[in-house]
Amino acid sequence: MATTIKPGESYGFFTDTSICIGCKACEVACKEWNQLEGHDGKFLADSFDNTGQLDDQNWRHVKFIDNVPDQTVDAGNGKAWLMMSDVCKHCKHASCMDVCPTGAIIRTEFNTVFIQQDACNGCRNCIAACPYSVISINQKTGTAHKCTLCYDRLQGGLEPACSKACPTQSIQFGPLADLQKAADVRLAALHSQGVTQAELYGRDDKVYGGLNAFFLLMDKPEAYGLPNADNAGLPSRNNVGGYIGALVTAVLGVIAGIVAFRRRGTS
Amino acid sequence: MYLAAEHFVRAPGWTWYILGYFFFAGLSGGSYALATLLRLVGDARDEAAARIGFYVSFLTLLVCPVLLTADLGVWTRFWHMLVNVTPGDSSLNFTYGSPMSVGVWALFVFGLFTTVSALEAFVLDRRARSTSSDGPARPLGGVLGRGFNIAGGILALFFASYTGVLLSVSNQPIWSDTWMLGGLFLASGLSGSAALITLLTRYRADAVFSLGRLHEADGYFSILELVLLVAFFVTIAAAGTAGRTLPWLPLWVLALAGIGSSLVAARGHMRIRPSGGSAVIARAGTDTLVVSLLVLVGVLALRAAVIFSAQ
Repeated sequence: MATTIKPGESYGFFTDTSICIGCKACEVACKEWNQLEGHDGKFLADSFDNTGQLDDQNWRHVKFIDNVPDQTVDAGNGKAWLMMSDVCKHCKHASCMDVCPTGAIIRTEFNTVFIQQDACNGCRNCIAACPYSVISINQKTGTAHKCTLCYDRLQGGLEPACSKACPTQSIQFGPLADLQKAADVRLAALHSQGVTQAELYGRDDKVYGGLNAFFLLMDKPEAYGLPNADNAGLPSRNNVGGYIGALVTAVLGVIAGIVAFRRRGTS
Repeated sequence: MYLAAEHFVRAPGWTWYILGYFFFAGLSGGSYALATLLRLVGDARDEAAARIGFYVSFLTLLVCPVLLTADLGVWTRFWHMLVNVTPGDSSLNFTYGSPMSVGVWALFVFGLFTTVSALEAFVLDRRARSTSSDGPARPLGGVLGRGFNIAGGILALFFASYTGVLLSVSNQPIWSDTWMLGGLFLASGLSGSAALITLLTRYRADAVFSLGRLHEADGYFSILELVLLVAFFVTIAAAGTAGRTLPWLPLWVLALAGIGSSLVAARGHMRIRPSGGSAVIARAGTDTLVVSLLVLVGVLALRAAVIFSAQ
């Protein structure tokens, strides 16, 4: 999708997992552009996935979800790998931004979520908060790293490296409104073909107010390691309850202290 | 609030430095709060124990920024917690929705209170040693002094508890499945502080008067801690994450041993009646030493169990 990129407009990814072939071109393009060294090669003995997870060196990760039954229903009718090119979701209500104490995590002029490396101090509060296990600490810089949605490329009017490299257009980049329309069309097409399990994840506001990087999934979100709408809570949901618990304890503690220490006839 | 737990989050890798910070923050805040209570509602003879509390609060607080800074990947950037260094947006950093941000400011401001109070206690002790007078005038006396201690005491209670709230305000299993951690850490911090002040009365004869009262207070704090611990397990069991605590069973047992030992030590003192009171103890003996150490180990074990069970 050729796109003119303008500051002030929301951009994102629509990742259609139904046409992902697991080639990992996105991973390679991401590492190449962002000069990510990657980790030492490891054989994980788990499908064709030897990347393992999103982290400071893997800003794109193609998940291979082994959902193949022992016996197929009949020839050619068995389930297959679920493949999904995972990435930072650039949530509208981002948990990482919710808790960052330094102001290092900002929303850019393209409405994406970006960690300013010179402001981050490596406290790791964002790691504890991100429900998608996206962020991790870079051991060399001591700061938190994740996908920038190729912020530098967007500033130069270029689409992100991963979507540019995707050979099947499983990863589509563009203005969010356009992507949402395209996703709706694709979902309707799949449903009309009888693929009723297909669903959109993060297209609406049920998950973290909507995701700039949203997905078409071929199974429940949990199968892909994504929290469903019922479990997609911001860390700040526990602020009031946590402080009330502390306040009640403080009041009871003070009363206990007064009972124990009050002036009385002990001599 | 209590959803069937479904966590796909990465552990932040908060381990030994953070454990140490949580431990000393609990003791620092707890000691200041107890010292304030001893001074304001206690007998005049409780002043010696109150001063121990102010000293303990100051000394344990000194360790806190060192541990926090050591935990950071880029330790020279600790000040980024206080100042936003975003180009073009430089300002003080205060994010009320982030307990870590609020807590760092609390550490900073509480540090001023505990420094002044420890300094005042030092001046008073110096004066007492250099004159024969029993009651030298307090540098921060009167309404101003009481107000200062009360403000510091409120900050102290916050400082001892916010670390638990900080854990809850995340998406980590266990931590985010309960609202009890702030209260639990506070009750545990108060109990540990009472035990530590009790322990230190061995080195200050004029503070022995407060021993029974400290045991009594510790007993109440331990009951509170036990109730909160039960509530904690009920809430994480409802969320389906209680099973994660099992590998750390020895730590939970140590925490319970601390609570149990303080209850045993307090059993003769917890007589709540207008004319009654804590039994007077002649001196802190070996039993006090053992109980205090067990309670302190329990305070540390509780925090370790909470921190490691989720990661």
